[in-house]
Amino acid sequence: MKEVVIVKYGELTTKKGNRNQFINILRRNVDKKLIGLDYKIFANKVRMFIESNDNDEVISRLESVFGIHDLVLAYKVQLSYENIAATSIEIFKDIKEATFKVNTNRANKNFLMDSMEVSRNIGGVLLEEYPNLKVDVKNPEAILNIEIRDDYAYLYTNNNRGLGGYPVGVQGKGLLMLSGGIDSPVAGYLATKRGISLDAIYFEAIPHTSLMARKKVLDLMEILRNYNYKIKLHVIPFTEIQEAIYKNIDHEYLITIMRRMMYRISERVALEIGAKIIVNGESIGQVASQTLESIGVINEVVKMPVLRPVACLDKEEIIAIAKKLGSYETSILPYEDCCTVFVPKHPVIKPVLEKCIGYEENIDFEDMIERAVLNRLVLNTESKEKNNLL
Amino acid sequence: MIYLDYSATTPVDKRVLDSYVRVNLDYVGNANSIHSLGLKSHELMDDAVKQVAELVGVKKNEIIFTSGATESNNMVLKGVSEKLKNRGKHIISTKLEHASISKTLDYLEREGFEVSYLELDKKGKVKISSLKELLRDDTILVTVAAVNSEIGIRQPIEEIAEVLKGYPAYFHVDATQAIGKIPFSFDNIDLVSFTSHKFYGLKGIGCLVKKEDVPMVPLFHGGESQSVYRAGTPALPLIVSFAKALRLALENLDSNYEKVVLASKKLREGLKEFSSIAINSDEECIPHILNLSLIDIKPETFVHALAEADIYISTKTACSSKDELSKSLLALGKNRDEVLTSIRISISHLTSVSEIDIFLEKFEENYNKLRM
Repeated sequence: MKEVVIVKYGELTTKKGNRNQFINILRRNVDKKLIGLDYKIFANKVRMFIESNDNDEVISRLESVFGIHDLVLAYKVQLSYENIAATSIEIFKDIKEATFKVNTNRANKNFLMDSMEVSRNIGGVLLEEYPNLKVDVKNPEAILNIEIRDDYAYLYTNNNRGLGGYPVGVQGKGLLMLSGGIDSPVAGYLATKRGISLDAIYFEAIPHTSLMARKKVLDLMEILRNYNYKIKLHVIPFTEIQEAIYKNIDHEYLITIMRRMMYRISERVALEIGAKIIVNGESIGQVASQTLESIGVINEVVKMPVLRPVACLDKEEIIAIAKKLGSYETSILPYEDCCTVFVPKHPVIKPVLEKCIGYEENIDFEDMIERAVLNRLVLNTESKEKNNLL
Repeated sequence: MIYLDYSATTPVDKRVLDSYVRVNLDYVGNANSIHSLGLKSHELMDDAVKQVAELVGVKKNEIIFTSGATESNNMVLKGVSEKLKNRGKHIISTKLEHASISKTLDYLEREGFEVSYLELDKKGKVKISSLKELLRDDTILVTVAAVNSEIGIRQPIEEIAEVLKGYPAYFHVDATQAIGKIPFSFDNIDLVSFTSHKFYGLKGIGCLVKKEDVPMVPLFHGGESQSVYRAGTPALPLIVSFAKALRLALENLDSNYEKVVLASKKLREGLKEFSSIAINSDEECIPHILNLSLIDIKPETFVHALAEADIYISTKTACSSKDELSKSLLALGKNRDEVLTSIRISISHLTSVSEIDIFLEKFEENYNKLRM
């Protein structure tokens, strides 16, 4: 009996106009993931059938591809009722004792039985073979899916490992403000899930921040790369601006002005790389710069929409996603970043816009911003050659 | 030279040595330093740890580099028992363990721990029924070598792990003689010791895999290092060489194994001619190790005689040959003559068939000469 991996597109098939584009992007993302494996893909408008000599590896790699709604390992048999019955018995060999139901989908209308009849008959066959099985159509423990197509039938149980979401790239580009903390990688993950292809931007104030902190951000980006192979990191030299703020501005407003600068720089980089949206890990009320008043005063400097995927999540909820994503362990490494290196004792909770504008007028930030954008470092660790020392 | 003592230690692979030398020359910084040289070293260490973790299928923070399997074994026995002594003081092991386990267990007994030994069947394999009988509420640790170093007996590690799933005791496996020689799964095992000089790496670097949730007190306290469980400046060149040696060993595991099987068959076939010697390693042992008892010849004399002919084998294991009787052979119920006259021939994928031929020839010559 041959096994194949079935990929179902799910949500994207509802967007009729874009369907082909969606499928093409997903196909490209799948191919990128499967590099190095020997495999063949047969795709149609609703699913892909992937044949390879290592199905487990294919599934484990595709578990991190957004836009795959269902990801299952199926038995592929020559179409006949006898084959379907024999395979069903084989599949339930390891289950034996459970409540179950059979779902049949008959795309091939020439098959001798309709889908109801197939389900009923195969259910009977299984009950006879394994007396400890029990039918439960409402809330079964095991589901046997049977798909009847032109030449073959496909059978599989309910072990879906698909990640859901949209294929990365279908929504165009975004720019993620990646700090090294817990929230921003999670925000990036959630934005990626909806098909946004992200680059990341990181503000660095060497020597106040260390190369270890940059390494940590690069490690976080590597985790996100698992979901979006195109991601790059824009490292912004922020020392000049940060020192100017520290020397010249009322310390109560340090963070507010710093965030306004970061937003301005992010928007310019975003426009340069063709991104349509800024994404960050702000969560309402978590720190002084994330009160509604602060968000308002900070957001005011950009026209581009800012997406805050974790805005309404509790810290525990964010941590739970970070742990699932595998970013948590890296995020909690204790390196200073731009947001922690100059922290005022009493940051303003309700900043006033006019005050911000007043402070900023006294210093020539425009030149500094231009230099920061121009002198940024674009890092793409994927291109790092394999170390032959190892 | 015909080297037939690969289970004592293996010659280093030149590619591994090359990495070691280059890291020494090119990576000056201490991986714990915060400047860019330190960072460069830290990144390389990180890549090496990641490679080892991926090769054996565990998490990065579950890898602890040590000075060798002896340290790994000491770390487990002392560290886990110290941490858990208020929960229980009972440890289960076998009489087939390496000295770094058996002597540490003796020490722990003197410190008030109780050690029970598993019953073995005729082939020297742990009886699962005996494990079930010995397990108690206060059993904190079960430690079993995957492959015995003197005779090559393989233990049913997966079965033992399966039984232990239902008990609070942690499971440690000394896999020193298994990793790099035979397939070995880290699944369902809490702690695993191994060392690189048994798979063509350098001496002085070993590893302990400790699964995240296993409680353990470190042997060495000090600054945070490669692992929080082992203080000390990370031995970056050795760590990198370890990662490389492991990769090479695992990549070629199947083809190397086949070569050893061929050489082993040839060796066993040849030794059949000597009707009065006793072969102690049966066909289920790993093919890398062949233990036999000469019966009529003192093993030290025989080893020296072969060394004259530039052929190198062991009496018992290299680590204990100066001491008393072989505990492993005693555990198998061998008689006094068999125990007193045992030698170990251990082969590798590097062993050629012609080397086996010459060995057999010299074996015969010396056997006939020295037999009294």
